[in-house]
Amino acid sequence: MSLITPDLGLLFWMLVIFVTVFAILAKFAWPVITGMIEERNKYIEDSIQSAKEANQQLSNLKLEAEKMQKEANNEKMSIVREAQTVKEKIISEAKKEAEVEAAKLIENAKASIEQEKLNALKDIRKEVIEMSLEISAKLLQKQLASNADQEAFINQELDKYNAIKKQ
Amino acid sequence: MRLTQRVKNNLIAWCLTLVFAFMSFQANASGHESGSEEKKFNLSELVFGHIGDEYSWHLWTYEGKHVAIPLLCIVKGQEGWDVFSSSHLHEGYKNYTVSEAGKYKGKIVEKVGNEEVRPLDISITKNVASLLFTAALMLIIFLTVAKSYKKDPIAAPKGLQAFMEPLILAIDEDIAKPCIGKNYKRYSPYILTAFFFILFSNYLGIIPFFPGGANVTGNIAVTFVLAFITFLMTNFTLNKHYWKDIFWPDVPLILKFPLPIMQFIEVLGMFTKPIALMFRLFANMVSGHMMQLILIGLIFAIGSVSVACGSIPLAIFMDLLEVLVCFIQAYVFAMLSSIFIGLAQPEEEEAHNK
Repeated sequence: MSLITPDLGLLFWMLVIFVTVFAILAKFAWPVITGMIEERNKYIEDSIQSAKEANQQLSNLKLEAEKMQKEANNEKMSIVREAQTVKEKIISEAKKEAEVEAAKLIENAKASIEQEKLNALKDIRKEVIEMSLEISAKLLQKQLASNADQEAFINQELDKYNAIKKQ
Repeated sequence: MRLTQRVKNNLIAWCLTLVFAFMSFQANASGHESGSEEKKFNLSELVFGHIGDEYSWHLWTYEGKHVAIPLLCIVKGQEGWDVFSSSHLHEGYKNYTVSEAGKYKGKIVEKVGNEEVRPLDISITKNVASLLFTAALMLIIFLTVAKSYKKDPIAAPKGLQAFMEPLILAIDEDIAKPCIGKNYKRYSPYILTAFFFILFSNYLGIIPFFPGGANVTGNIAVTFVLAFITFLMTNFTLNKHYWKDIFWPDVPLILKFPLPIMQFIEVLGMFTKPIALMFRLFANMVSGHMMQLILIGLIFAIGSVSVACGSIPLAIFMDLLEVLVCFIQAYVFAMLSSIFIGLAQPEEEEAHNK
């Protein structure tokens, strides 16, 4: 029976000891321990979060760098291509111009040649006229004996003239 | 991984300790028996003597002589307070002696004339000394742990701190938090204190030599105080829902109006919960100690070596079981206290109504 009748002294001491331990631990141990564990958990969580963010940023930066590199590459390519087209254009233009110039020179040459020819012809004609005039003067000076002789002479001269003209 | 290894090592150490303890117990006891053959071995006296309380801390008996640590007796008799060592009790101190038989058998009584009167007795008995030891152990351990947290809250826990942290977290986050609910921070210090107090007392109780061996948690006074505090924690909430559920529960009118059947049941429930807590812990620990003592005592009661062959392995098995039970009972007490407190919390009620 004494087993299940609580002893007053033990009851008293248990109450005193337990409440004292409870009070001390509740003030100095449990809040510190659970608080610190919570703080540590929060710290770890924050660290993981910031590490994740940093990683994200890093990969973003990498992507950005890649993008920039690609853009730069593209720009370079387009510049090169443009330069090439410009070069080609310049070359083709130069060619064309040269051709035009050459054609013009040839034309000019042709024209001057024609001119020269005409001039030469003119000179020749002038000479012929002078010659014919001289011949006719000579004829006039020469005392033509007969009409027949005269006629023969004129024909002869005319043939000569025609022969020159025909040339 | 390291922790489980450590726990395993601890368990092995424990088991070895227990085996040696029983061996030495057997050797001592058998020596004692051959020394005084005329004195009959009384099994029930041994068992109840051990699971009860005593005024001095008995260590061993060698050649018929008891070796014990004297403790402090504090009594208030007819002539006021008296404080004396329990070593004086043998021949009696003033009018005080230990009653030999009758209503107050084994307790300090004061002789007034021819009658034995029980004085107001708040002596430091074996159980009180064990309680003090447990309290000191708890304060040292948890204040040390708290200090190491304070020193560097971010560092990984190590040593004692690392050993205690999973236990503290298991109670705080896995019992108090889900069972009590939103307000758990207010109550978790009590749950933690109760858990570790019971745990330490339980384990000290199954160590069969000096700092342990007292049957503290198997004493109804101790479990009564613990259950009583849980009762206070549960009922002093001043929570409308809780009291409405007791005095005007949501049941058909016939069950609560002319005859307050439900109210009767609910009010009864207020008291049966902590009483169940009290008896569960008490009965489990008493039966564990009793089982051990009976199994070992049986050898001397029958006085045959062949009994030892059976009862020693069985006792070892029971002790291993007790190692488990010590933890489970502390855990169950913490969990049920949390649930009782949680049931009296408003959030739980609202969640329940949804």
